[in-house]
Amino acid sequence: MWLFQLLNSAFAHANSDTFMPPAATEIASHVDQIYVFLLWSSLISFVLLIGGMIWFVIKYKRRTASDKTAYITHNHTLEFLWSFIPFCIFIFSFAWGWIVFHQMRSMPENALEIHVVAKKWDWRFIYKNGREIVAGVDDQGNKTPATMVVPMGRPVKLIMASEKVNPASNEDPKDRPVLHSFFVPAFRTKQDIVPGRYTTLWFQATELGTFNVFCAEYCGDGHYAMRAAIKVVKPEEYEEWLSGEAAGAGGGLSLAEQGKQLYLSRACVGCHSLNGSAGAGPTWKGIFGHDVATNKGTVKVDENYIRESILEPNAQVVSGFQGGVMPSYSGQLKEEEINALIEFIKTVK
Amino acid sequence: MAKNTPDTHAHDHGHGHGAGHNYLNHEKGLWSWLTSLDHKRIGIMYFITVMLFFLVGGLAALTIRTELFSANRLVDGQTTGAVVTASQYTRLMTYHGAIMVFLVIIPGIPAFLGNFFLPLQIGAKDVAFPRLNLLSWYCLLGGAGLAVASMFYGGADTGWTFYTPYSISLSKAVVLLVSGAFVGGFSSILTGLNFVATVHKLRAPGMTMNRIPLFVWALYSTAILQVLATPVLAITLLLIAMENVFQIGFFDPALGGDPVLFQHFFWFYSHPAVYIMILPAFGVISELIAAFSRKTIFGYTAIAYSSIAIAAVSFFVWGHHMFVSGQSEIAGVVFSAITMLVGVPTAIKVFNWVATLHKASINLASPMLYAMGFMFLFTIGGVTGIFLATTALDTHFHDTYFVVAHFHYVMVGGTLMAIMGGIYYWFPKMFGKMVNEVMAQASFFFIFVGFNVTFFPQFVLGAKGMPRRYYDYLPVFEPLNRMSTIGSYMIGTGFVIALIAVIHALLSKQEPVGDNPWGAKTLEWTTTSPPPHDNFEKTPIVTAGPYEYR
Repeated sequence: MWLFQLLNSAFAHANSDTFMPPAATEIASHVDQIYVFLLWSSLISFVLLIGGMIWFVIKYKRRTASDKTAYITHNHTLEFLWSFIPFCIFIFSFAWGWIVFHQMRSMPENALEIHVVAKKWDWRFIYKNGREIVAGVDDQGNKTPATMVVPMGRPVKLIMASEKVNPASNEDPKDRPVLHSFFVPAFRTKQDIVPGRYTTLWFQATELGTFNVFCAEYCGDGHYAMRAAIKVVKPEEYEEWLSGEAAGAGGGLSLAEQGKQLYLSRACVGCHSLNGSAGAGPTWKGIFGHDVATNKGTVKVDENYIRESILEPNAQVVSGFQGGVMPSYSGQLKEEEINALIEFIKTVK
Repeated sequence: MAKNTPDTHAHDHGHGHGAGHNYLNHEKGLWSWLTSLDHKRIGIMYFITVMLFFLVGGLAALTIRTELFSANRLVDGQTTGAVVTASQYTRLMTYHGAIMVFLVIIPGIPAFLGNFFLPLQIGAKDVAFPRLNLLSWYCLLGGAGLAVASMFYGGADTGWTFYTPYSISLSKAVVLLVSGAFVGGFSSILTGLNFVATVHKLRAPGMTMNRIPLFVWALYSTAILQVLATPVLAITLLLIAMENVFQIGFFDPALGGDPVLFQHFFWFYSHPAVYIMILPAFGVISELIAAFSRKTIFGYTAIAYSSIAIAAVSFFVWGHHMFVSGQSEIAGVVFSAITMLVGVPTAIKVFNWVATLHKASINLASPMLYAMGFMFLFTIGGVTGIFLATTALDTHFHDTYFVVAHFHYVMVGGTLMAIMGGIYYWFPKMFGKMVNEVMAQASFFFIFVGFNVTFFPQFVLGAKGMPRRYYDYLPVFEPLNRMSTIGSYMIGTGFVIALIAVIHALLSKQEPVGDNPWGAKTLEWTTTSPPPHDNFEKTPIVTAGPYEYR
């Protein structure tokens, strides 16, 4: 590890003029260090190899039609060296990449969670307090991308889902959710959004400013226009912004409060208790984040498991309860309603 | 087996061996070509069809670049800078990719140059199964026909990768296009099967496996991949078609399927397919380097076995296309490590070629220029592959123009340069005439320079964060896109010059070129130019390796 730290510092200030956009997270600067290392290794190898080739071509240009050439079939030392040295560079690059990749994939505890909903061809961001951010239109009629506001220096975790174009329609296959990908060049991070489940991504911004978000997975004609932005502000500014304006679709209620209303109105309450007592279904008390035994083995109750249990209740049934009792809510709940229920379950401790 | 077919024997005695008798004038008329079992004629038929597809795919590419010349802007309520609409663009991009991959690069070297020269290089009269060989050409044609038909049903807009669930939308065009790739895939399987059998069974006396030319080694490794990997693509495409037609849930979560499963299936074929596309090019380059250096190739064994090693390892790296797809971290890491291993045999080949030039006698004729161009471009394509194999870096580069630049450097800078070099090298053998050297060199200059002007800026665009498959882009990306478009016109000019050079050579009246105008040592240069119907007057007896320049 010390070796990579040493390299980190060696390449720390070499980021200028390497074609990468400004780095706005710590991980982004780690990525740039690997990039600069590979850029220099490649450049040196390329110059040696192609330089050697050009030099040989000039030096050994054919002089007469009957030139004699050396009969050299192989050279074990040389062949070992030019296999072993690239091997070492490649494995080094792999290992360094792994270390940084592991940081990208290790979700921090206590991160600020924001829900991302992608559809053809726009983004929506939903905060825990119910605030919903969508694309807008400016005075000239130009589209302004949906802008996520996040505090600088705090880890942010995105819980991302892909939704139908028209939530009311069940018929047209063109309406079904497709793959998207959340790509922030300044953060050097990217994650596909896969229909049918949640994927997650995290970042911790170290620079103030507004950064582009692109959809990086082809999703049709409007793919190129599927942009959003992330605005990084000071923490106190963030708190002010979050509580400042009236919330969006939730009518001023937080996600968890909306979830509680759904819990009552959509009849979850009939089978799932909040106080630990068993009903026709498992209690929600303290269930989130814990392992439960099911008919398919032990499962950690996370966002994906709850989502699956709402949409396909019989996929993995908690031990001690009967399958086939709960109806599927597939097509009955909007993405934000599923999000709201999950947020509510998280609060039932 | 070919040498025992009555057909071949009949012609042996039916025609004399008089001067000027060759495979071209052996029989006359279009029908004699369309029913020919002669591997040389089938090779020429592949040449013509592949070049036609290349023209179509190339025109699509130029239209794409023209659209991307300017960022679209709204001026007085009118959009400027747009040449085609977004939905035309997504179709152009789909057909450019599908045509170039399935109908040009994959059949390009094996089915055209390989068909013509593999039997000649091992001293055989034909391939092992001449009828399957002809059938493979009709499979390619059938696949192309279905692809054309799909254009009349609105055209597919899925990209050549057919990613689900986007491709599952009851679209007739998608069904037709995947059926086209399915049928065309059999062309590839049959060619591979034929080559494996031919290399094992039809080598001339004395032609041991350690004496076959490196082009044959490369085609042999490719053939193994074609036979083992292509059926997986066929099954996957069939599943897509069934899911579209019958709405059976394999890949679409709305039907109960898993979209990431499709990516696993697809890349299980399509990563080895990358080597189906590049390994034959390695073979051509080995031939060119040896012939134009007039020197035995450095590390014959290393080059031959590294092809086999690449073929084997390439089956275990597909997940490097999926680092951010939602597959687990550990899967990503394992695929990254194995991908690094594939880099080593590839690097070994390039080092061997450069080492061959040491103390050689180098003739910088146009085929050799293409070989040099190949080394230059392929090295850039190769080292950028290491960037993309590194998980943390790929997270940034994935699905950006960096990837587009990388695979064009490998596929075009690699395979297409090798095809061009191969055509100029073997042209006198195929047609008994030389291509005008000035025109050949001019085409090289335009293609090589134009290529770098087109694709190098795309590395920068990708690093800066421009995603691929974008119909329009932020104005900040405009200058580099303009440069790229100008470069693409240079490439187009280069290919037009090459086309004129080939037609000019075919129509020209020339002195006979002789059996061996380049002074090369492999067996195809021991027979007449163009070769007779049965390839050799007498079956050659081989007593030495392929590159005995002493």
